Amino acid sequence: MSEQFENLVVPGPTITAVSKPFWDAVARKEFILQKCADCGKWVFYPRGICPHCWSNRLEWTPATGNARLKTWGIVHRPGHSAWLEVTPYVLGVVELEEGPTMLTHLLLDPDQGLQIGLPLQVSYTNCNDVWLPFFKRKSE
Amino acid sequence: MMVKRRVPRCAIVGIGELAPIRYTEGTTTLGLIAESVRLAVADAGLEKDAIDGLLVGPQVGETPQHVPATVAEYLGIQPTMSNVVDLGGATGAGMLWRAAAAIEAGMCETVVCVLANTNERSGNPRSPNRNPIREFDVPFGASGANASYALLKQRHMAEYGSTQEQFALIAHWARKNAQLNPNAIFYGKPLSVEEVLQSPLIIDPMHLYEIVMPVAGGAAFVVTSKDSLPSGGHAPVYLLGAGEKITHRAVSQSPALASAPLAYAISAALEQADVSAQDMDLLSLYDCYTSVVGVTIENAGLCKPGQFGEWMKDHSFGHDGDWPLNTHGGQLGFGQADLAGGVSHIIEAVRQLRHEAHPRQIPNARLSLVTGNGATLSEAAALVLGVES
Repeated sequence: MSEQFENLVVPGPTITAVSKPFWDAVARKEFILQKCADCGKWVFYPRGICPHCWSNRLEWTPATGNARLKTWGIVHRPGHSAWLEVTPYVLGVVELEEGPTMLTHLLLDPDQGLQIGLPLQVSYTNCNDVWLPFFKRKSE
Repeated sequence: MMVKRRVPRCAIVGIGELAPIRYTEGTTTLGLIAESVRLAVADAGLEKDAIDGLLVGPQVGETPQHVPATVAEYLGIQPTMSNVVDLGGATGAGMLWRAAAAIEAGMCETVVCVLANTNERSGNPRSPNRNPIREFDVPFGASGANASYALLKQRHMAEYGSTQEQFALIAHWARKNAQLNPNAIFYGKPLSVEEVLQSPLIIDPMHLYEIVMPVAGGAAFVVTSKDSLPSGGHAPVYLLGAGEKITHRAVSQSPALASAPLAYAISAALEQADVSAQDMDLLSLYDCYTSVVGVTIENAGLCKPGQFGEWMKDHSFGHDGDWPLNTHGGQLGFGQADLAGGVSHIIEAVRQLRHEAHPRQIPNARLSLVTGNGATLSEAAALVLGVES
């Protein structure tokens, strides 16, 4: 179901020196997050400082890539017209197993009984030559 | 005119400074801001949670709008006063008295003022839009406010069981009230609940007619001191209370998707004014989307969280109703001239409190609650305006 994104010419991530390890890992099909060596909390999106305790001892750490659905929306008219080709598609805010939340593209059928708490797992998707961490229903 | 000497009393208690380097590597503007703030707050001997005010410069981290929210989210703080100060080389000096004035006004207690920037040798040119949302939302197919507000509305529906009909009723009332405002973009165009429900789903669950119409326009207001009221002018409308709070910038970082910092802003404004929401003659509530009005009604404490729909069933929202709400039509009926759209809620409150709102005048209007909402239910401001000081 993810082949349709390969040739989709859409804006990719504006990668910074701080976030580069995350995107490099996604391209290797690995899911890593920053974890604070002082307060122990996980951080996403990548930062230069822990938003919980302001320590700058953030360490890249392997994460599970598991998440649960917090909310979703089914896009019929995208804000960026390049996405029209794949409408309708599902956007979601997910809570990663490690705690932080992120926005992502959900590889789910809109009629598939979406609900708060639905278990999900990362699904690496090639979109216009960039690997992105989309999410899909967690396999049993 | 003589400037009155009323310098707000305040003190600088912490400083932080990064050693200048010719070129930066491996960092971002937001990172440098965070490091500067960390040093200054540590120098003050304070914890991060002591910071409830934030003053920043323009276009921080190359983000053109919602600059304080972007910085606050990065820092993990939730300031109750924040501003961009844009005075070129005078920005730093201009920040200090603004911080002091905000503290003296009771809007916050401890303000951090920060300016920082990277200088990259090569590579990344300054782009007009490089920030966490551009990096972590847009690439997934989420651009613009419609996506964020659809996600926020869906959470309210899933968490509380609120219905499409309940949200559509808000759009219906906005259009109904606009029929008494010849300036409204939808004057002469009422809208039924059924028409809202039959309008296209832009991003499910958000319908076309639940979204403000972008228009051109403008608005301004003049403020002076109680001692300098012009003689022979309109009846003055007084600011009695104000509240403000930022909790995040990106919808994914919202601490409570079905609620907003409006809860804090409204209660702070009411407390300053020493009145309650029940005392209001006009609710002038920011309405870029129907769902924002629902959440605002709940955040104002007029009903329990999740119950705006049940509450609305029992009330009437015209100028002659028991809860006059957005009597100018709101932005949903009046049109949203970008940021000026939010000012329409202030202008209508002033008209009503001057008793110059014929033919939609609220009888004996004395108090109004005005709200503003920005970004993703994340930037909130509330005012109480009244006819008596």
